[in-house]
Order: sequence, then C-alpha cells, then structure tokens
Amino acid sequence: MTQRTRPPDKPLTDRIRPEHPPYGLADYERHGGFQGLRAALKMAPQDVTGLIKAAGLRGRGGAGFPTGVKWGLVPMGADAPKQKYIVANADEMEPGTFKDRLLLEGDPLQLIEGMIIGGYAIGASVGYIFLRAEYVLAAERLRAAIRECRARHLLGRDILGSGFDFELYLHTSAGRYICGEETALISSLEGKRAIPRAKPPFPTTAGLFGKPTVVNNVETLCNVPHIVHYGADWFRRLSRCGDGGTKIYGASGKLRRPGAWELPMGTTVREILEEHAGGLRAGLKLRGFLPGGASTDFLTAEHLDLPMDFDSVAKAGSRMGTGTMIVLDDQTDVIGMVRNLMTFFARESCGWCTPCRDGLPWGEKILAGLHTGRGQPEDLDVLRQLTRWLGPGRTFCAHAPGAMEPLQSALKHFRVDFERAANRGVPIAATALQESR
Amino acid sequence: MTISRKPPDATIQIDGKIHAVDPSRNLLEVALELGYDLPYFCWHPALGSVGACRQCAVTQFKDENDTQGRVVMACMTPCTDKARFSLAHADAVTMRAAVIEFLMTNHPHDCPVCEEGGACHLQDMTVMIGHAYRRYRHTKRTHLNQDLGPFVGHEMNRCIACYRCVRFYREYAGGDDLNVFGAHHHVYFGRASDGVLESPFSGNLVEVCPTGVFTDKPYGESYTRKWDLQQAPSVCHHCALGCNLMPGERYGRIKRVENRYHGALNGYFLCDRGRYGYQYTNADDRPRRALLEGAPIAAAAAAAQLGAWIEQGRVLGIGSPRASLEANHALRALVGDANFHRGVAASEAACDDALVQILRQTPARIASIREAESADAVLVLGEDLLATGARLALALRQSVRNAAFAMADAANVPRWQDHSVRLLAQHAKCPLFVLSARATGLDDIAKRTYHGRPADLARLAQEIVHLFDYTQPRAPGLDDDAIHLAHDIATALRTAQRPLIVAGTSAGSVALLQEAANLCVALDKAGVAPSIALLPRAANSVGTALLGGDDADAALARIEAGEIDTLVVLETDLYRLAPAARVDAALARVENLVVLDALATPTTAKATLLLPAGSFAETDGTLVNYEGRAQRYFQVFVPDGDVRESWRWLQQAAPAAGLDLGDTLDALIECCAQAHPQLAGIVDAAPSARFRLAGSRIPRQPHRYSGRTAMHAHRDIHEPRPPQDADTPLAFTMEGARSGAPPAQIPIFWAPRWNSVQSVNKFQHEINGPLRGGDPGVLLLAREASATYYERPAWQPARELEVVWLHELFGSEELSARGAAIATRVPRPYVVVHPDHANGLADDTTVICDCGGQRWHAKLRIDATMAAGAIGVPYGLPGVPVLPVDARVMLVPA
Amino acid sequence: MLSPDETREIDVELSHYEQPQAATIEALKIVQKHRGWVSDEAVADIAAKLGSSPADVDAVATFYNLIYRRPVGRHVIHVCDSVSCWIMGQPRLTEMLKQRLGVELGQTTADGRFTLLPICCLGTCDRAPALMIDSDTHRDLESVDAARLDAILERYT
Repeated sequence: MTQRTRPPDKPLTDRIRPEHPPYGLADYERHGGFQGLRAALKMAPQDVTGLIKAAGLRGRGGAGFPTGVKWGLVPMGADAPKQKYIVANADEMEPGTFKDRLLLEGDPLQLIEGMIIGGYAIGASVGYIFLRAEYVLAAERLRAAIRECRARHLLGRDILGSGFDFELYLHTSAGRYICGEETALISSLEGKRAIPRAKPPFPTTAGLFGKPTVVNNVETLCNVPHIVHYGADWFRRLSRCGDGGTKIYGASGKLRRPGAWELPMGTTVREILEEHAGGLRAGLKLRGFLPGGASTDFLTAEHLDLPMDFDSVAKAGSRMGTGTMIVLDDQTDVIGMVRNLMTFFARESCGWCTPCRDGLPWGEKILAGLHTGRGQPEDLDVLRQLTRWLGPGRTFCAHAPGAMEPLQSALKHFRVDFERAANRGVPIAATALQESR
Repeated sequence: MTISRKPPDATIQIDGKIHAVDPSRNLLEVALELGYDLPYFCWHPALGSVGACRQCAVTQFKDENDTQGRVVMACMTPCTDKARFSLAHADAVTMRAAVIEFLMTNHPHDCPVCEEGGACHLQDMTVMIGHAYRRYRHTKRTHLNQDLGPFVGHEMNRCIACYRCVRFYREYAGGDDLNVFGAHHHVYFGRASDGVLESPFSGNLVEVCPTGVFTDKPYGESYTRKWDLQQAPSVCHHCALGCNLMPGERYGRIKRVENRYHGALNGYFLCDRGRYGYQYTNADDRPRRALLEGAPIAAAAAAAQLGAWIEQGRVLGIGSPRASLEANHALRALVGDANFHRGVAASEAACDDALVQILRQTPARIASIREAESADAVLVLGEDLLATGARLALALRQSVRNAAFAMADAANVPRWQDHSVRLLAQHAKCPLFVLSARATGLDDIAKRTYHGRPADLARLAQEIVHLFDYTQPRAPGLDDDAIHLAHDIATALRTAQRPLIVAGTSAGSVALLQEAANLCVALDKAGVAPSIALLPRAANSVGTALLGGDDADAALARIEAGEIDTLVVLETDLYRLAPAARVDAALARVENLVVLDALATPTTAKATLLLPAGSFAETDGTLVNYEGRAQRYFQVFVPDGDVRESWRWLQQAAPAAGLDLGDTLDALIECCAQAHPQLAGIVDAAPSARFRLAGSRIPRQPHRYSGRTAMHAHRDIHEPRPPQDADTPLAFTMEGARSGAPPAQIPIFWAPRWNSVQSVNKFQHEINGPLRGGDPGVLLLAREASATYYERPAWQPARELEVVWLHELFGSEELSARGAAIATRVPRPYVVVHPDHANGLADDTTVICDCGGQRWHAKLRIDATMAAGAIGVPYGLPGVPVLPVDARVMLVPA
Repeated sequence: MLSPDETREIDVELSHYEQPQAATIEALKIVQKHRGWVSDEAVADIAAKLGSSPADVDAVATFYNLIYRRPVGRHVIHVCDSVSCWIMGQPRLTEMLKQRLGVELGQTTADGRFTLLPICCLGTCDRAPALMIDSDTHRDLESVDAARLDAILERYT
C-alpha cells in the first residue's frame, strides 16, 4: 500500500486504463484506494458530511443538488430510524450520456468505496447500486468487486475494525428511463412500477421501504473517497468555478473524436468540443447542442465560450444536466432530431399524470407530421402550448418538463425550420430513411 | 379516510373572496364545499389526493404583490393561513383546458352508446371546462376489453387513466386481482387475465370510475339514461347494516342500484350483494296476481277473504325480519299480539333478543360504520364480516390505517396526501383480531387470527374479560397459545383510544354475544371506553325484535297442536326456518295458509291464498338496522298486477276482520308508534306524507324525464294519470320542488353541471361528512341502566363434528341470491372440515351429508383453518337444508 | 413451476431486501434468463413465490420494457434509437436490419432466431450508432455494410 505523494488532477479517471479491465482490490489499494474510507472511518459521521459540504460537491446526475446538504437531511442520532439506505443511481439512461458507464466499467471499486463512506456518513447499513439492465459488463465488474470487498471485510460486519457494518447489493434494472428519477428509482427498487412519488416526505426521511434513503449519482459518489482523502480545499481547487471538483464531460454527434473526458468543472464548451472532441467533422458546421443530455435546452454557437458549470449554463438558459453534450450539425434535420427526442420521452413516460402521458404522444405525432411533410400551420401553436402545459409544476415529476426543454429551445432557435415544415415545406432532404421510421 | 377536522382558523382568499377554512384540508375539497365548480378526476373524497390527473389546477400567489402566481394542483395544496388562490386566473384556466384536451385526445366519441352518458363525470367536467372542439387529428390508442364477470362491464378505450379504480380496489378495498399494466399512454386497467373480479366491492368501480370504463353490467344490458330513471331513496334489505341505496326504475323494472351517500353508514360505497341484490325484483316467476286455491281472485275479494278468515279466529301470523316494521306491525295488529310470531327460529330469536338487550344495556358506544372506521383496535368475535356485513368489513379495513394517519399527523403530512401517508407508514397497522370459525377475508390485515367453535371463541373472550377484571373467572381449558393471544388482545384493547368489539348472531350463539357484552363491561370498568357493533342476520332483525312476539318454532308447535285454522305468513319462507318435514306436517294441519311475499318460495307454492307483495322497490316502509337506527325506504315505482305493499294488503283485510288499520303509511306508522313505545321514534325517521317542499311534492323523476306518453303508447295513446302517492311526500312525476329535499327523501343526486354520482358533493354539509340536514334515520334504542356481567353457560369440549354455520356473501341471503347476476356467484353446496376430521375423504370430493335422516349432496372442502371439532355448513345456500339445533352431521362418500 | 435453479436464484435475491415483493423484478429477470421470456404461468408462479398476486407481478412485468411477456427469438437485437445514434445514422442501421432479417421492429424472424426491438440510449454515444445483441454491445456502426452486419449476426445461431 503506497501513499501518494501528489494528489491527482483527474481523480475520477486516474485509475482507469482504457481497454483494460479495472484494477482488482490490491492494485486499487496500491493506487490510493480505500485511503478515503480509512480516513472517513476515523471521523465522526457528521464530520464526513461536513467535509462533503465544504468541498462544494454538487450532484452529477443533472440537478446539481449539493451532496453534503442532502446527506445532512438524513436523521441522525439515537432517535433516528435504525435502518437507513444509500443508493447509487447507476441508471444512466439520459440519451447522449455515457459518463457513468466509464466509471462503472473502469473503476468499480471507486464507486463502492464512495458508497461505504456515504453509508457511514448517514448511518446506512445497506446500500444498493441501481444499475441499468444494459450495462452488462459493468454489472459483471461490480459483482466481482463487491465479492472481493466482501472477502476482504471491506463490506459486511465491522468494516476495517471500525464497528461499522455495511452490506452492498447490486440491483440490475429491467429498463425504463423514468427509473433515473430519484423517487421512481426507489419505487422500482421496491419491486414496483417505477412511478415517481409525492414529496414530502423526501427520500432522506422516508425513502426505500419508508426508511431514510440517500440516492446519489455514480459520478457524485466516486468523488467522495477523494474528497475525504485529499480534503475539501484540494477538491475546490480542481475546479475553475465555485462548484468543486472535476466533471466528466462528454460529446457525441458528428464530431471528429467524440468521447468523454474528466476536466476541471467549468471548462468551456469550446475547449470540450474543439480541443477534446476535435471539432465537427469536415464540411459540417455547428448549429446547436444539447449541453447535458436529451432533457436540456439547445444552446447555439454563440454559447461556445460558456463555462460548463451548473450556474453558468443555467444563466445561458439551459442546464448542465449530465454534462454530456449532443451536437447538432448543419446537415442534420433539427425537426427529425426533436422528433426523435419526443418519441423517446413519450415512450418513457410512466403514465401517471395526464399532461405527460397524453401530451407527449401528441407532441410526438405532430413532430412526426412536420418531419414527413404532413405539417399544418396550427401544429406550431400546439407545440408552443405543450411547452407551457408540460412545464415545471404542471406535471407530477420532471420528466415532461425535461422533454419540453429541447422542444421549446428548438422552437426558439430553429424557428425557420419549424415554420417551413408547418407550411408543408419540402421536408429536409437526406432524411428519406429517417422518415420511414 | 378517517376524518380529522380542525376548527376553521385559517383564512384563505379565492379570487379575492375571503373564506375561513380548516387549514388541515386541501384546497380542492374546500373549494367544492364552498360551492366552486372546480373540476377533478383522480381525487376522491374517500381516497384522498395523489396529484395524477392535474385537472384541478389553480393559481397560487405568494402575496398580495404577486400577480404572476404559479399553477398548483388544488388537491395537493393545503389551505394554509393567508394563502391566496385564483380559479379564474388565465394560467389556471388554460391549464385546466389543456388537461381536458389531453384526456379527450384518446377518449372515444361513444357517449350516445355509453351507459354513463348523461351521468358521466368526464362529460360533466368536459362541458364545465368548455372543451368542445378536438384539435388532435391523429389516431387514438385502443385496447381490448376483458370479461370481468357478471357485475362489471369493461370498455378500456374510454379510460382517462385517473387511477381511481386501482386505488379503490387495491388500496381501499384490499383486492389484488385488479391492477394497472403497461406504461406511458398504453396503461391498461384490468385483471391479469379475463375472469370474475374477486372483490366483494367490485361494483363500486362503476361509481369510482369517472367515465364508462367500468360499467354496471346488468344495467348495461338494457340501460336507461339517468334522467329517464324514476328513483326513490331506499335502504338495503340484504343485511342488517342498513346501507342506503338509490334504485332507479324504467318500464316497471329496477334498472340498477347506486350508492346513496349516508355519512354515518355506507358513505360512498356498497358491497356487491347490496348493489346487485335487487335483481330478484325483476324475476319472471314473481307472484303478481292474487290467487285463491291457485285461481286468480280480485284483489279486493282476496283482502276481504283474508279478513274474513281472521274474523273466524284460530289464526296465527308469522312475521318477517326482511319485511318492514309496518308490515310486521299490521300483521300483529290483525292477528292479535298473542297470535303474532316472528319469522325467525327460536335460536335466532334468542340471539336477536340478547342482542337488543345488550345494545340497551351495554356501557359501550354503539358504533356506526363510520365510527368503526375510526377505531384503533378491533376485536371481531365470531363474524365472517365479508359475508355477514361486508360494508362493515370495508370500514375495518380502513380502521387499521389509523396507525398510518397517526404517523402522518406526527410527521405533519396531511391525511389526504394518500401516497405520502402510505409511504410514511408502510405496513403499520392498528391491531385487528379476527376470531372466527375459519379463515376470513379480513385475515390479511389482522394482527392475529384464531379459529374455533362459537363456544371456543366465547371462551377466549372470557379470558380477555378476566385479564381486565380479575373478579371474573378465567376461561377453562385454554392452551398456552390461546392464553397468549388473549394477552395480546387485552394489551391492544387496553392501549387503544377507540377500541371496538364486533360480534353478531351468525354463529347462532347467545353465549358469544354475551361474552362480547361482558368484554365491554370489563373494558368500561378498566377505564377504556369501548364501542360495539353487533350484527343480526336480517335487515329488520332489530326492528322485529323490538316489536316482539314469540318465535317460529313456537308457532309451529301451536300449529302442530292443532290450535290454528288460518296461518298468515308474511314475507317468510318457512322452509328456511325449520326442516322441511316439520313444515310440511305443520302446514297439513292448517286449513287456510295465507302467504304474502314478493318472491316465489316453497311456502308460497303451498298457499291457499297468495297475496303478491311488493319488493323493497315497490313499497314504503321502515327498517331498523344493527345500531337500532330506524330508516325509511320509499317506493320507487308502482308495480303492475295485484302487487302491493304487504302492509296495504293487511290494511285492506282489516275491515273484514272488524279492524281499522288506516289506509296510509302514516296512519300505520302512527298506530305502530302508539302500540309500541319503544318504536315511537320511527315517526321521525322521515317527514310524513304531509311534508311539502316550498308547497310542492318531491318528484321521483328528474326534470328531463322523457317519454311519459310514449312508453305507454302501445297500450293507450293517452298519457295515463301519474299514480298518486298518499303515503309519502314524493311524487311519481317530474313536477315539484327539487333542491333542499330532506336528507331521507333525496330521490336523485343531481346539481346543475353535476350529472354524475359525484354530485353528492353538493348535498353534503361537508365533503365526506354528513348530508346537509343530517344523515337519515333515528336511533331508537333508549339506553337502560348499565349491565353487569352475563352468566356463562358451562363450557363443553368439542363433541364429534358440531355444526358451525358458515356464511356466504352470495347465497346465504335469500332475496339477493335469487337475482340473475348474483346467482352465478352462489357456490354449490359444500361442507368444510379440518383435515383431522376428513376421515380419509379427499378434498373436493362429493359427499353425502346425513343429519338425522335429512340427506344432501355437498362438496367436501378440507380446510386447515377450519375450527377443530366442527363441520362448517353454509347457511341458507340453495340445496342446503335447515338443520335442527344441536344437529350432528355424518359425511359419507357419495 | 419454478425450476430448482430459478427458485435458488430468487431466494438469493430475496435475502437482499426487507420485503419479498422487492425481488419481483429480479425474479422476472431470473425466469427470463432461463426461459427467454415470462409466460402467464411464470407470472403466477413468481407471485406465489413472493406472496403477491399474478396481477401485481404482471403490473410490474408489463411496465418494464426489458421483461418479455411474449416469446422472443433465441437472440434479441436491441437497436439504440436515441438521439446520438439517430444523428449518426441509426435509421439506416435499423432499415438494414429489417431487410436482413425480414422483420419489422417488434417481430421475430420466422426461424425463431432473432427478435428485433428498439431500445433507448445504450450509453455508448461516442461510438454511435450502436446495438445490443443479447448482452453484447456492437458499436461504431455508422458506415456498416451488409457484409459486416451479416458477419455480426452470424455469431448468433
């Protein structure tokens, strides 16, 4: 076991070797693994939470809620419920998002360590990793890592002689995007239909099986061991903005080198797209991009110098979301793209509330009409109305409002395309195949 | 939902108007109560709020400077003090319009052929919001339907996915064979596969569904628009709970029965026996002509003949606990007190008398169904409630949730936040203990169950009594498990705020009733204030017990002794009271057998003079329910033929017998009240025939009633004069005063813009609370000095296979079992034994039951939950004979 | 009837949760792993095993898109149809698959070898378009030709 001399710049991916299997436990520990846990177990649980708060870690699942604050909402002390849970949200299903897969396949022990520390901080004795069904390789590697930890008493009773008991189980899902919503995920983990729940009570007071439960994104939890190990100040210094740490940014679309990179929080869009992704392919121009997955508003070329952090992107009228960008080039039909998104959101509605269940399919059908030359002028009125009627507060959860973000911004930024389609203009060429879908 | 009302000490603004409201309630129910027409779908007053449909959108403002506001769902928004809301704000109005437009994208345009058309909540809300034009021009999603059995039809294309069906069926009524399948806009509400809906409350889906997905199947076979139904307020005749019904008639047939809200009793829900039990009234084999020696006789002559026979003397009358007090009283007056016998066997009469005595003397509060719902610890002693008082079982299912509500209160989560409460409470339940002959449908929510013969159950109860009051003897011969259970039950009752003891007469055990009474005495002495609910068998068991009279066994003895020439049998089938051989022999000794009944029975088949009686829907009368609540039910329509009220036949026979029983209902009620001071209160059960609303009668027909001339045109093109009603303030017309009818005499729940059953909101003093003007009925039982303990009979260990009566929701009750739909749900005769008593016979084989020479075939059910030492025999099932008290049954392979 | 293996695997999952119904999804997946799909009978068996009703198990089974309540082919092809893959030419890929297999989305080939289904984002957007056959993910199919596609399909017999 070696103590690092110098803290890493890219803590999350430091141990990940592309195209190689992840480190086993021995190598993981040799590369600084479980130092965070060892340090944490020597602290009072509340102090661990305090440290996470001080580090300015915000949830990497999309909403950006401060992780330490969330942990702090869990009842602690003698009166608190005996049974509590921590859940890793590894249901990465946001279209265009592939950052957690990297962490899960590349360094599963890092997540496990983060979960044990999180469990210790909130007093949970059981953790679940809620993994999407399609991540078969990740499931395999997580299972092996859990087995290894269990064998080495890093999971189970009296972890590292601390008196802290923690058991960890892998739950593989059976599909459905809505499972990524925190309360729907809990419903699903209880073996039910993944229907979001009313709040209050919040999961931190009554979550899984009615017990206090913290649900954190994979990337969020992976930061935890490093914060405990290297300290809050170090973590804050990794960032270029007020929020601490690095961020795994990604980019897909017609780019020269699409991919995912761990970069300082607050790295600009231009840097990500041009330096890391190599810019658009030859002959293509940027028309716009979804900054953080399918449920974020389109931004355009004028936003290239925007730092990718929660507040800056929000100020620009979108959301950082998962930080994985989807790029729209000038040869791709924007209506086809928005139609594709709407098909996805309509299909993935859980069916609980009316605007989402019945409004999204209407939007989808209108967009299909616009995309295939069957548009009508009044279609745009309905689409614009949908963006209001399916907006925040109007629906039971954030699914439909998320669906409206690309739609409303597309209607704004690419108005001409929509108006042409609504007036039965010639459908964009090069999409003959797409139409037949 | 158990209501918890707080004083209206919050002030809210709705569109500038200031209202004082209870801050623990949600804006939707408060707004409805205040008279605002705020549309909704997923909310139901008994089910609470879940925020699914998004229809009740309103705008909420932060403060007086906030003009923007934000759209919130009224059902999910508490009325916190100083909150400012607008229903008229543009954002709220457009949001509500949007939601209905979404819902209507898939809803078919089949209103003209839909049973719900004209009484459809979805229609009402659509019209209320003003949605008239469909912009959606794409294909609609479609579904296949399921066959859900004889009660409920299914048309999924109409579904708006409000989720009320599954919430009622599963979460409220405890069923697990209905659910929601699929996802997104392909959600499907039904069963896993075609098949009979298993819940005894399945019929409520018809009313819980805001549109025509779940429809009343018998009604659907030949439905009539709500506005074409002639209706009158009625009371269920199929058990002793006294649930309020609203039957509707067209063309001389009852088309359907809907729930008639009663705040203290049935609330919003009925059991399926109550909802579909009416169908016997439409049976083809019903007696409709007066027959003398099998030949038609003019009604007047028939009545005179009865009077003449009575005048001759040597007469005996047998009344009926399924007939009105008025009919029973008229018979008693006609034959004389000494010659009037109740239409119940000696064992049942003894139970009924004990029950009434206990109700008068117990220190416990007599629990209404609503009060039972608020109990926080319940002991059910010997009743299979889902068969003998199903609506009460549904209330007990809610009572166990009081633990959840307590947790919600502690966490500051409003009780109406349905899913939040369930999430917080998980499986926390108030204790319910079920002591019965075998497993019951409440066991899934019971903390503990215990199975035994009635004497065993009484013994366990005695042990509990002892634990509260050591001056009372311990129960003999209990094993350790039973003693532990007694301790558990005693602890639960002792620590409860509102403990409830439920017992009844279905086991035929006076000792069991008295032990329930003893327990109340003991609890009272221990400073725990108990409530009690004691269930007799029949709709008017308590009424006839109060009226008094010897029992039917004594009547048969007098007939057998040759004392009787004329036997008048009122709405009773003697063959359900005594073994057939005995009845045959007795009837052979009678010269004149006069039978008044609404249905053909083995007894009517032997009548010398048969007088066709009106069913509950064709008569007025008074029933006294298990609480001692006298409730009046009203004639829905005037039947064809000679059919008339039993009491009217008797009134009409009176002059020939030299008596005067008057010629109106009120006269008879007056006469009954005077003759029986204990029944004096029945006068006030409903306003008399003299009552007028703004000078007018109350019309039984809605104001849009159509076809009054046309429906008789095949007989006569002239519109007949409507029948005149001298007995009630109701009229067989559409003319009269509608609004403000007294709660006992509301013939239709309807309000402008509210055509569906949801319009009951407009008739309530508060949502989920009593009707305006108070819930109908008068509690008759004057409380006497509190009782001491009853003496206990010597306990006897099990003899070889003692007969224990089992009860069926469908089949044990005589009238309902004759209806077409329910008849398909009546089981074939069976017997149940514990595996130890199977004697090598296999489960599900046909056996011959032999009881002192009476033999019948039955399926053997071997049931590990069946009480040891007992053979369970279904009560009253077609094909199962009446057995003498202390009968022994031998089983032999068929 | 659940097989001994299925029962044993479900028992392991049951030990992970404080309530038996929580293992519903795992139980469905276990049965599906062994049999390829979940029949009505299996739904009832799982319900009996977990102490719930067939309707309750089916309500869950029909909610999740990766539980097959109808028979599927020996291999299931899931074509990612989410936005990144769409941009990178998923419609062409889907069309080619339909042609090669002679089925529409949602259908099974006549020889019972393949079932073709759409799926949302497979999380490999940087190497789009992608598809999944059984548990293998195939990436970088933007310029896939018939020969290469056939070569991929041939691995699944």
